[in-house]
Amino acid sequence: MAGVQVSNVSRSFGAHKALDDVSIDFADGGFYALLGPSGSGKTTLLRQIAGFDFPDSGRIAIGGESVERVPVEKRRIGMVFQNYALFPNMSVADNVAFGLSVRGEAKAVIATEVQRALDLVQLGKLGGRRPHQLSGGQRQRVALARAIVTKPRVLLLDEPLGALDKALRVDMQIELKRIQREIGITTIFVTHDQEEALTMSDRIGILRDGGLVQEGPPEEIYDRPRSEFAATFLGDANIFRGDATGNGIRLADGTAIAAGSGPTLVAGAKASCAVRPERIQIAMDAGATDGDANMLKGQVSKRIFAGNNSTYFVDRAGQTLKVIVQNTGADRLTEGQDVVLRWSPASTVLIAAS
Amino acid sequence: MAAQGAVAARSGLRSALPLLAPAYLWLTVAIFLPLSAMVFFSFMTDLPLTGKPWAFTLGNYAAFFSQSLYLTLLLASLRLGLEVTLWCIVIGYPAAYVLAKVLKGRSREAIFLLVILPFWSNGLVRIFSWAMVLREGGILDTALNAVLPFKINIDLMYSYPAVIIGLVHSYVPYMVLTCYLTLQAIDDSLIEAGRSLGASRLQVLKRVIIPLSLPGLVAGAALIFVPVVGSFMEPRILGGRTGTFYGTVIEDQFVAVFNWPLGAALSFILLAVVLVILAVASPVLRRAA
Repeated sequence: MAGVQVSNVSRSFGAHKALDDVSIDFADGGFYALLGPSGSGKTTLLRQIAGFDFPDSGRIAIGGESVERVPVEKRRIGMVFQNYALFPNMSVADNVAFGLSVRGEAKAVIATEVQRALDLVQLGKLGGRRPHQLSGGQRQRVALARAIVTKPRVLLLDEPLGALDKALRVDMQIELKRIQREIGITTIFVTHDQEEALTMSDRIGILRDGGLVQEGPPEEIYDRPRSEFAATFLGDANIFRGDATGNGIRLADGTAIAAGSGPTLVAGAKASCAVRPERIQIAMDAGATDGDANMLKGQVSKRIFAGNNSTYFVDRAGQTLKVIVQNTGADRLTEGQDVVLRWSPASTVLIAAS
Repeated sequence: MAAQGAVAARSGLRSALPLLAPAYLWLTVAIFLPLSAMVFFSFMTDLPLTGKPWAFTLGNYAAFFSQSLYLTLLLASLRLGLEVTLWCIVIGYPAAYVLAKVLKGRSREAIFLLVILPFWSNGLVRIFSWAMVLREGGILDTALNAVLPFKINIDLMYSYPAVIIGLVHSYVPYMVLTCYLTLQAIDDSLIEAGRSLGASRLQVLKRVIIPLSLPGLVAGAALIFVPVVGSFMEPRILGGRTGTFYGTVIEDQFVAVFNWPLGAALSFILLAVVLVILAVASPVLRRAA
């Protein structure tokens, strides 16, 4: 087992900079998600760590040992592919045995290890099947067993749950997490699904256009995004743009919005504030005024009922804000109604303009 | 519901008939009828066309078994087929691999075109150009002696290697094409998965790529082996005196000796032998694939 250090790694394909000076430290035993839209460089980064492709510059270390010029077969990594990449000409057991067998392990050792790996992914009885006889979820488990049976130093997963349907995906998320805890392997997981990244990982790295936008625990990125992109890509956010004041921003129409966290900015600099839709309270009138709270007036333009909650779209001064209200049994607001929005500065993050 | 389905199926067949008919009519007229005539001839003492009296006989088939020459030539032709097929694999498979897995875009198209080029040239022209290359004082001889500091004599003309060279040249595109198709269908991520599990490129080739492309190798081998065993043009032109094979003997019966019944019988014995070989080999190959 080992940690992975990526330091100042850049990689270009022709004129396209796929990775631009990326540095991330993946600690030993952690579960990391690399999150980003397509073309953000997350898969390119994973392939650099795996060794399918070498960086133009920078350093990659696994367990403290520089590997950026070591080919994939010598890196002792385990990888799970998006389409599982099971060998169709082999049985499930032979698929799992492949890594041990090319290494020249004894037959008896291979048989024991393969059975243990298949038991771990709860497919102990299916060793004799062919990959095409398995369901998507089962193939996923075989791919995982095959990747971990060689006791790799790092486990790399390239959108491994992307091809599964929603219910199965949630099961596999839990399963993957359980197996990862059980063997304690450093795991790096590429996904474009923000929910998957939030629920599974210890830390998330958000990538965009080949650069690392923000890295940290899911709670930290969600609660204190450092850019508009991080705020809107991981979860939903209402963004206000204006000029920085001492403790927030002033909008074009003069409304002040106070922010409880964020960088210290020079007064007058361009800045934004982000607030999550579920942090905003919506009411028909101002009610008891709380001196600190941010307050805006608007009009409900649309309501979407989703059972456990409702999403209100509120128009105000040319901007549409999103508010999510839990279904507590309280009266629902109707479209066209004038409303007052209130949220605390603690729920507001100040973001420097990029 | 069921009746409706049956009607739909019947009308489906009826509407398909105009599409199927030309092909089947053509096959009947062009292959089945002449072939039936040949089967008929092979049991005759003489051709009815010549006006001589004729009778039914098994003598033409008996001739194969009574004279060891025919068996010797058949074995030589089978060996020729095997050798040409092996050379086509040795030369064609790596080329197919590079085409399918290494080259992309325009360079792939260009190389592909070069592979198919022999198909577009006339077979006879192709063989006679080899004769120009291989004979003493020919292109190969002159070129090598111009480059090399010492004198060597290259005269491959009228030899077994010349026959092999000519046949491999004619048939290697089949191997490239069939292998290219199966290799191209192998997902690149399988190769990457093999390497991520610690397998060297050679191990991935042996344990993943070759087993998965075996159907292409088998198809290519069948497409090459069968016609090469019966070939006569290359052996005759490039082999000269050494180029007497089963196929050239059959050809002689038709164009030189005018013993069509014997030629037909020898042909059907060859067909039977080839079918037996394919039948014996197919379960083994299918299991491997």
